[in-house]
Amino acid sequence: MNNSLLVVLIASGVAYGTPLLFAALGELLAERSGVLNLGVEGMMLVGAVMGFWTVERVHAGTAVTLVLALAIAAVAGTVMAAIHAFLVITLRANQIVSGLALTIFAGAAGLSSYLGNDLNLADQPASKTFHAFLPSGMQDIPVIGPILFGQNALVYVSWLCVIAVGLYLSRTRPGLNVRAVGESPAAADTMGINVTAYRYAHTLAGGAFAGVAGATVTLAITPQWVDGITGGAGWIAIALVIFAFWRPELCLVGAYFFGALQALAPQLQARNISLGPTTLWTNSLPYVMTILVLVVVSSGTARRRLGAPSALGTAYVREEH
Amino acid sequence: MAQPAVSMRGITKRFPGVLANDCVDFEAAPGEVHALLGENGAGKSTLSHVLTGLYHPDEGEITLFGERVAFTSPRDAIDAGVCMVHQHFRLVERFTVAENLVLGDKRGAGRRFRIDPRAVESQVRALGERYHLPVDPHAHVWQLGVGEQQRVEILNALYQDARVLILDEPTAVLTPEEADTLFLTLREIAAEGRTVIFISHKLHEVMAVSDRVTVLRAGKVIATVPTAGASAQSLASLMIGHDVEAAQRPANGRDAGAEVLEVEGLWAQGDRGVAAVKGVSLTLRAGEVVAVAGVAGNGQRELAETIAGVRPSTKGSLRVDGRHLKSGDVRASFDAGIRYVPEDRLGTGVSPSLSLAMNLELRSYRKSSLGPFLRLRKMRENAEKAIVDFDIRAPGPDVPAANLSGGNLQKVVIAREFAGEMKVLIAASPTRGLDVSAVATVHSYLLDAAARGTAVLLFSEDLDEILALNDRVVVMYEGQLSEVADRESIEEIGLRMAGGTPDAAAAAAEAP
Repeated sequence: MNNSLLVVLIASGVAYGTPLLFAALGELLAERSGVLNLGVEGMMLVGAVMGFWTVERVHAGTAVTLVLALAIAAVAGTVMAAIHAFLVITLRANQIVSGLALTIFAGAAGLSSYLGNDLNLADQPASKTFHAFLPSGMQDIPVIGPILFGQNALVYVSWLCVIAVGLYLSRTRPGLNVRAVGESPAAADTMGINVTAYRYAHTLAGGAFAGVAGATVTLAITPQWVDGITGGAGWIAIALVIFAFWRPELCLVGAYFFGALQALAPQLQARNISLGPTTLWTNSLPYVMTILVLVVVSSGTARRRLGAPSALGTAYVREEH
Repeated sequence: MAQPAVSMRGITKRFPGVLANDCVDFEAAPGEVHALLGENGAGKSTLSHVLTGLYHPDEGEITLFGERVAFTSPRDAIDAGVCMVHQHFRLVERFTVAENLVLGDKRGAGRRFRIDPRAVESQVRALGERYHLPVDPHAHVWQLGVGEQQRVEILNALYQDARVLILDEPTAVLTPEEADTLFLTLREIAAEGRTVIFISHKLHEVMAVSDRVTVLRAGKVIATVPTAGASAQSLASLMIGHDVEAAQRPANGRDAGAEVLEVEGLWAQGDRGVAAVKGVSLTLRAGEVVAVAGVAGNGQRELAETIAGVRPSTKGSLRVDGRHLKSGDVRASFDAGIRYVPEDRLGTGVSPSLSLAMNLELRSYRKSSLGPFLRLRKMRENAEKAIVDFDIRAPGPDVPAANLSGGNLQKVVIAREFAGEMKVLIAASPTRGLDVSAVATVHSYLLDAAARGTAVLLFSEDLDEILALNDRVVVMYEGQLSEVADRESIEEIGLRMAGGTPDAAAAAAEAP
């Protein structure tokens, strides 16, 4: 039963969806503060390479090494996000241009590629990885075992993050403030909320999440490093935030849906199920979905109706005259 | 007199090329409504922004209740009890009323890390009852009308326990009736010993609500006088500094000419996809000025755009000189003789980064160019001529339109639209934000056009303007037009602006 296609698909959807979920939560925080960061893919790739590098170079206990790897990936993502934050918040550059530039600079064939090749990380499996750690008795429970208990530690961390981000935004004063900054920076400023500080903090937090998302790929999903290993997951994460109406709990649902789509092709192949002469369409399904979502929501009115922060993508200038 | 609530001494604020406040002395007492009167650009807003910490004065000092203060941000001012109701509300539209109040709350419940907007709801209701400011604390701000949003802003200030409340042109978005209620609220707030500073350029409002008036002109204080001893005329001459000859429509002027524009059962959608113009029928005759009054947001912009061909209609018909006009076709409308001076002159009226010469040619370049090539020298010559003819104050024909002042920008739009055979002129709030002399110029152009046989449709929120220029008045309310019988009756216009009719009002008066 636990090997049925549906159970395996959901279980691996959760696993594959986890990097998407981390990246989407980070992007959600940045966007709620009004900063659109299209550099997610780039930040993820830098996080992916730095996390993998830590595991290969640090010789400590497994748990210590892996936690350190996550921390370094988070820092790497934060540093990348800081470039974007400085450009768009302090210098008020165009957010779309800056974000694209960040992905080009940091992404495949860019900084992450240079780091990975220079540090000789390619073509070797990760020496330490995140894997299922709960007792096999729990993992063997029919249906829910593999889905809920057969996951690596990062999946459970991501669940805590969803709850934390959700409560933060809806129930806390800083959460209320950041929503105000993203909706109406002028109102927030008048009320004494430091718009610049909030935007920096949440853009940087978004970078940290993206870095962790990247490390999730190289240390849990496909435990190795190759150039461009995230394969567009950063873009899917950006679409996911819109898809989830900027709500963390819906990010989780969406991430697992896209994760399951990604898992579909290999699973069908492994079972010798053929849905046509080519697996092209199953491989491209997540990307097609992403493009569709982005097309649907790219009009301003659609975005407003869906609940996009009103000030998303715009710089804030205090003096109005 | 007791210690003043607010005392500003020698406030000077410079902006590049402008001396916005020139050694201004201003004082307001506790418990008074103090009006700050002046034309646009006289420095009222600058002074209030200095007082609320948005601007830092270059010189001068501010004392509040005897204490020297130096605000570095609006928050400092709020903490000291100085709150401002801005013209553009500082509210988060997607938040509820209660959430908006919690947002600014730095005392008591609002300070805690965990927030609970429901906790303030009873307080909101109590404040609302006390000051005639009924608002549903659950409601999201975007669901509220502008008048209600203004109430939320005032409630917010009272919730923060403002000792000094500043309102910047608060009646611009209100019907006359709502304005009266606001004045009542302001009197009550002042009666509690708080200070209300009321910024306005409308004389009758200042006369109606204030105890004292400080008049600003060109950044300087001209006088501070008790309202009781002043008259609208005396304040006007203080404000303007000289007598302005206002354009005046000859009473029931000439005979109306032939029917030029016929609008029948016109429907159109607003930007949010809901009907904004709902079955409007209207006939314009050559040589008459028909004024459309109404509170902003009742479909005026959509109606103007639909007639101008910028916005497609969903139902109904438009005819110019009896010929049917295709809906939503700007070029066809222009060729039929419809001219349009849009409300948003910088964004819609001109292309801000193009030169003055190019902007003047936007309607006609198809005819004047040589195949795909623009005749730049010809364009520049035309522009130089327009600069002289329309008295456009600009460094030259090549200056980007964005660099012109509002009045000169409007002259550029008018110069362009007045070209060719002009049968219908649609002017949407053509004088908003202009200074008095530019207003007079624009008015004279509108009357000139009418005198030459153009049918003018003037959309305006300014009752004085409407009364001065109209041959007929119609009022737009919730997408529909109603004709005003007496073109000089402020009462009737005001009533219709609020959705009433004189018959209904008479019936209500008779009922016990």
